[in-house]
Amino acid sequence: MEIAPEPNSSATSADGRDEPRGSGADPSPTQHLLSLRGISKNFGPVQALQDCDLDVPAGQVTALIGDNGAGKSTLIKCISGIYAPSSGQIYWNGKEVHVHTPRDAADLGIATVYQDLALCDNLDIVENMYLGREESRYGLLDEIKMELATKKTLADLSVTTVQSVRQLVGSLSGGQRQAVAVARAVMRESQLVIMDEPTAALGVSQTKLVLELIRTLADRGIAVLVISHNLMDVFSVADRIAVMYLGAIVHQGPIASYDTTSAVELITTGESKSIASSRLSASL
Amino acid sequence: MEEVVEAASKLRLQLKRVYQGDAGLVPILIGLAALVVYFQIRNSVFLSASNLTNLFVQSCYFILLSMGEIWLLLLGEIDLSLGFNSGIGASVAVILVDTKYHWPWFLAVLLALAVTTAIGALNGFLVIRLRLPSFIVTLAGLLGYQGVLIYVVDKQGTGGVVPLQNKYIYDMVNGNLTPFATWVFVIAVIAFFSVSMLRSDRRRRSSGLVTRPAWVTLAKIIMLAGAGLAVVLIFNTDRATFTVIRGMPFAIPIVMAVLAAGSLILIKTRAGRYIYAIGGNSEAARRAGVNVNRYRLMAFTLAGLTAGIAGLIYCSRLGGISDGIDAGNLVLESVAAAVIGGTSLFGGRGKMIHAVVGGLIIATIPNGMGLIGMSASTQYIATALVLLAAVTIDSVARRGSTVTL
Repeated sequence: MEIAPEPNSSATSADGRDEPRGSGADPSPTQHLLSLRGISKNFGPVQALQDCDLDVPAGQVTALIGDNGAGKSTLIKCISGIYAPSSGQIYWNGKEVHVHTPRDAADLGIATVYQDLALCDNLDIVENMYLGREESRYGLLDEIKMELATKKTLADLSVTTVQSVRQLVGSLSGGQRQAVAVARAVMRESQLVIMDEPTAALGVSQTKLVLELIRTLADRGIAVLVISHNLMDVFSVADRIAVMYLGAIVHQGPIASYDTTSAVELITTGESKSIASSRLSASL
Repeated sequence: MEEVVEAASKLRLQLKRVYQGDAGLVPILIGLAALVVYFQIRNSVFLSASNLTNLFVQSCYFILLSMGEIWLLLLGEIDLSLGFNSGIGASVAVILVDTKYHWPWFLAVLLALAVTTAIGALNGFLVIRLRLPSFIVTLAGLLGYQGVLIYVVDKQGTGGVVPLQNKYIYDMVNGNLTPFATWVFVIAVIAFFSVSMLRSDRRRRSSGLVTRPAWVTLAKIIMLAGAGLAVVLIFNTDRATFTVIRGMPFAIPIVMAVLAAGSLILIKTRAGRYIYAIGGNSEAARRAGVNVNRYRLMAFTLAGLTAGIAGLIYCSRLGGISDGIDAGNLVLESVAAAVIGGTSLFGGRGKMIHAVVGGLIIATIPNGMGLIGMSASTQYIATALVLLAAVTIDSVARRGSTVTL
């Protein structure tokens, strides 16, 4: 099935470039929750990201796929404030924003669940959920309020395998830890949840738990951006796919326009015979 | 019926924690009890009022310095210079109050604490700015501040020792509450803890959360009352041979105040929560938006302040300050006290109460061995064995645990 790239409309493109916008992103960033345009990042002589355009709509699961070293984690870290892009713009609800620190990202409503989960093993579930934004009462921590809210959030997300929210996170299974990390993002009333390889280290039933969680989030209207190299997971949960190859986003679009073969081709070579790669053939 | 099910599940969680290696203070308290029994058997003077009071007072310095170290151990750092920091604090106080300066004691104490707090902050500043391991920076501090201490004390021209005559500072260790005041103090402390435990239980129960069963709380209150009663009896018994001396030394309420303040910060405030988080996973804390360096600096500063208080207790007990203070050993023994009490050297695990239990053990060994007539050399070896034993037991217990600290 052929997909032609969206027609270029330089009148609405943000930086007024004349050449066709690559990768299939909408020319107007205003209609999506998060849009990246021309994001590049270099670390000294190493060009990690080249001119990336990405759209992440609310209420949908966008999967960011690509081989190891394609730049997926780097792109995520530019969105979540860990890195500052060397060039390019980030649009949030159509307005340009600058995300310099993790706090900026959190203030916008972006929550990131990192590959290493960024949980403190020596703290319990409640303490981890509220890390950085504890509730207090007369200057002292309001443990009861936080504990009740944590229990409610986990129940809402149908996370039932956890016995007590006062268990140390270090004693939880991989899937439960992932669930806690995701629940933390949800509790912050985030509008965008980014997850970096959420199922990488999980077994079958734990994977199922996490994928259901991802679906629940999207169904609530939250935009979910998932990095994964597991195509089975991607095709079971994603609404959109964006493919990265050597630091650039070579293709993105609704999931119906991809199948396993074309996805693998895009990941490994940057182009696919069954889908016209828009970088090369803008005029097709 | 529901209460019983709740209690059973709470109990199961507790036992699970024990199995996971988080047995809390129980093994260490058993160890302390074993030491006490051993020494009492060898010399029945051990459990006399005068010896026990002596023991409590001797442990105060270790307890305070250990509490100072715990601020840093929780972060996974260490401050090797706290011993000489406390010595500098002591010398500032004694020199200002009892040599040609003749400052009022209150001001001398304040300045001494300000100096030690500033030294702590300096250590923290260097560690954070220079990004060097705290071990190295504070080792340099240990050597450097020792030089400063010797210089300052020797400059007074009194032969390397400055005696303390000021009544107020001297009385910190050597003066006592009246027996009546001792009762009032202990009863007030027990009442405060009982009420706050009961109130927090009630709040939890009314919010529908799983709460400690009432009989457990009651048992804790009874044990606390028992310990309080024992303490009052020890201190209120006449412990002098020629005159009558009774009552709790002022040093004890001072130590308890520091314990209360430190525990409050660690358990009930954001700053304390962040200190635990940074010690457990500083990158996770950073990503959660915690200003990691601010809390590291705070820990170094609080350690300095606590060391200052320890220094005051030290010069009060010594009756002055000497340029020969063995502060290098003292700080290491204080770290040992924290570890024996259950604080991890690698960060993320520990409580202020660990300093109290560990400090008591560290002080009990030389006290008991002195009564038996063992030499200093044997005391050192015994302390070493106790430290190894405590850490081994702790480590073996945790090997079965899923908490990898």
